[in-house]
Amino acid sequence: MTPFLELRDLDVTYPPRKVIRELSLQMRCTGIGCLLGPSGCGKTTLLRAIAGFEPLRRGSIRLEGIELSRPHWTLPPEQRQIGMMFQDLALFPHLTVADNIAFSLHQWKAAERRARVNELLRLVGLEEYARRHPHQISGGQQQRVALARALAPRPRLLLLDEPFSSLDVTLREDLAREVRTILLREGTGGLLVSHDQFEAFAFADEIGVLDEGRLRQWDSAYNLYHQPADRFVASFIGQGILLPGRIGENGRANTELGDIEGTPPGGCVAGDDVEILVRPDDVIHDDASPLKAEVAERAFRGAEFLYTLKLPSGARLLCLAPSHHNHPPGRRIGIRLDIDHVVMFRRNWSVRCVESPPVPAS
Amino acid sequence: MNGKRELWPRAAQTDRWTLLVAGVALLLALPVCTVFFTALQPASEVWRHLVDTVLADYVLNSMVLMLGVGLGTLIIGVPTAWLTGVCEFPGRRWFEWALLLPMAIPAYIIAYTYTGLLDFAGPVQSVLRETFGWSRQDYAFPEIRSLPGAVLMLALVLYPYVYLLARAAFLEQSAAVLEVSRSLGAGPWRRFLTVTLPLARPALIAGMSLVQMEALADYGAVQYFGISTFTTGIFRVWFGMNDATAAAQLAALLLLFVFTLLVLERLSRQQARFHHTGQRTQRPPRLQLPSRLKWLAASACMMPLLFGFLIPAGQLAAWTWRTAPQVIDGRFLELARHSLLLAGGSALLILLLALLLGYGQRLRPRPSVRLAVRGAGLGYAVPGTVLAIGVMLPFAAIDRTVDGWAREWLGLSTGLLLSGTLFALLFAYSARFLPAALHSVEAGLTRIRPSMDDAARVLGAKPREVLWRVHIPILRSSLLTALLLVFVDVLKELPATLILRPFNFNTLAVRTYELASDERLADSASFALAIVLAGIGPVILLSRAISHARPGHDALS
Repeated sequence: MTPFLELRDLDVTYPPRKVIRELSLQMRCTGIGCLLGPSGCGKTTLLRAIAGFEPLRRGSIRLEGIELSRPHWTLPPEQRQIGMMFQDLALFPHLTVADNIAFSLHQWKAAERRARVNELLRLVGLEEYARRHPHQISGGQQQRVALARALAPRPRLLLLDEPFSSLDVTLREDLAREVRTILLREGTGGLLVSHDQFEAFAFADEIGVLDEGRLRQWDSAYNLYHQPADRFVASFIGQGILLPGRIGENGRANTELGDIEGTPPGGCVAGDDVEILVRPDDVIHDDASPLKAEVAERAFRGAEFLYTLKLPSGARLLCLAPSHHNHPPGRRIGIRLDIDHVVMFRRNWSVRCVESPPVPAS
Repeated sequence: MNGKRELWPRAAQTDRWTLLVAGVALLLALPVCTVFFTALQPASEVWRHLVDTVLADYVLNSMVLMLGVGLGTLIIGVPTAWLTGVCEFPGRRWFEWALLLPMAIPAYIIAYTYTGLLDFAGPVQSVLRETFGWSRQDYAFPEIRSLPGAVLMLALVLYPYVYLLARAAFLEQSAAVLEVSRSLGAGPWRRFLTVTLPLARPALIAGMSLVQMEALADYGAVQYFGISTFTTGIFRVWFGMNDATAAAQLAALLLLFVFTLLVLERLSRQQARFHHTGQRTQRPPRLQLPSRLKWLAASACMMPLLFGFLIPAGQLAAWTWRTAPQVIDGRFLELARHSLLLAGGSALLILLLALLLGYGQRLRPRPSVRLAVRGAGLGYAVPGTVLAIGVMLPFAAIDRTVDGWAREWLGLSTGLLLSGTLFALLFAYSARFLPAALHSVEAGLTRIRPSMDDAARVLGAKPREVLWRVHIPILRSSLLTALLLVFVDVLKELPATLILRPFNFNTLAVRTYELASDERLADSASFALAIVLAGIGPVILLSRAISHARPGHDALS
């Protein structure tokens, strides 16, 4: 089956800098994806390349099997049937809400155009605002207009360039979920660019983590958290620390917190140094446990405390504990490890060898 | 849509816009290039004769004019700018914009008007004679038709440039700087001399350079006053001595002066931009003048307004009142129609070209395109006389060549195809006034975020459609402003129109000039007044920009 969106070996350059390097990914059937990464990682450039604003130096972009870009040839943005929502929304200030939405429909028959605009106004809940101008409505309403406008010509894929970043955190996730629902209803694929993992989790089925122009991992949110492909993904997604250990004769990793069962990185033999990813929820506070650690810091999170613990060796550990376990800094508390998915990296190696190498999900 | 289909490769698409922009820019640079290349030809007999006789006069008179007008505009422009910008006195709000009114009067018109006012038969001398019972021999009256007179005339209508830039600079100065100097014990005078004025210096130099460029470019006033400057010299050499090469050499020399000023102006503007490093703080409260000084300030602001606008405009109105019944007839209306059509048509054409260049630069922001657009933007510094030569020479050459071919191959004469047609005139106007329009268009376009273009593109609009459906509607008001500015500039333009107009094609400006040259000043007033009235339009726009401008915003640009 042809993948919905396929990027193969992309290089995008802003001479002399290579912004995207050897990037490949495949999105399955009209799904909803997200490119996640710190600022400057190249995610917006990648989005613009997919939209047709940036030429490729190498590689190709295909949508539903049809080639859109290759070196020296870029199908113009207006012919790609790809929609886009911009960070600053870019609503046309001289047009009303309805005319903004109808911008791409000017060659449709008047009746059809009106019907489509009304349908979209209903979809985003802005029927009463059709005749207002963009500066006369609120920020959240402007987001909806931008969405409706992008969806009007029924694009096959909608690109979203951090369109929710101007909203506060709670509203952001709500709107991300809402847009997701609308995209699914419209049968349009979506690709979001974000630096906010919670927004990404709320929006996307599949998430790609980008760093310095490379795709580190393309996977579900669950797998990114529990089976990060490398140290970067491990540190970028969620919280956690890397606990040093050494592979013992029995094949288990000996650490300060005891032996940990897991598949050692490929090629590792007994005596090799490794690091094990320990998430805050992997560390259980248990007064009965013989294993003790000293509270270095604590942060109140409402339902729970996030403790930063100091081990005798000086290594730090994060621990989530229900908030009725209130321990001041300096107190030694009992803990035990309960790691569902053991992730081991070879010390000083950046690539994980525990699972199969990172492959684009197909 | 078929993915296999070969569309235009991106490179070819790019080139279409680049070529278009570069082509237009090169075409507009043609006149200046022609002048310089012609000037490189070996010196002729006429040129040697010029060097031996009048060239020194040309240079000297032009220099005196340039420096005198520069100084005069500073003397008028800086105090009025400081008073209206920083102080509070009766009528301050009114003076703020009224001081711009002299801009509406072209230099040649104010020269004609004052000549009529001050010559022997004029009202001033008549009143003096009647009052004191003098006769011709009894008194000496300063001759207005002289170099000092020309300096005065030009300074009276050009000072608003200095006023505008100086005022913006004074307003921009933060309260903090002034408060610091105050806390260090400086009184108002020392503050003005040691802080306010030095801080505003780049703006003053920029304004003065603009004024001096205009003074060098003036033809109508100095010609009427019989002063030998570069511009009148160019006319004389070309039409009197029939030596286009020597005229071009003279023009090239003038251009060197102008470009020196241009560089000065650019550098000062840049400096002015970087001069204020701190944050913008609150405006200091206006200086409340003591009651006696208050009225002094008001009268000081009244003087330039009175002499630069009210008196000449009043005299024009009076003349018009008297002569209108004879002058305003079918021919007057046809002339006005010519002028309006010509100015309107050129303004539209120029706006279109400016949009093309501005948008082309936005689509392809590469160094070569930028350079081409910058080059096309130099025209505003080129005096109309020089431009006319630069248009006339290549057009005449093309006409001769085509005519030669036609005679040889077709046995008929094509005559004048380009020179002496409206096309030549439109071309010269475009080269001269495009920069003003381009400035408005560029300023407007930079306010439209690039994401707006991208949004329109992904919504299915081709680059051309983006311009029509997004940019032009958003820019509507700045485009109208540009249109009006160019319209009035074309309406006022004299030397290039005089040289390049088709045979028997008259405009308001040319007719004013002809009647004044025939010493029919009163008859010329109706034509002149029409031009002045049209010129008030841009003044109103500018004054609105001033009253809306926040400190830190340059009202002129």
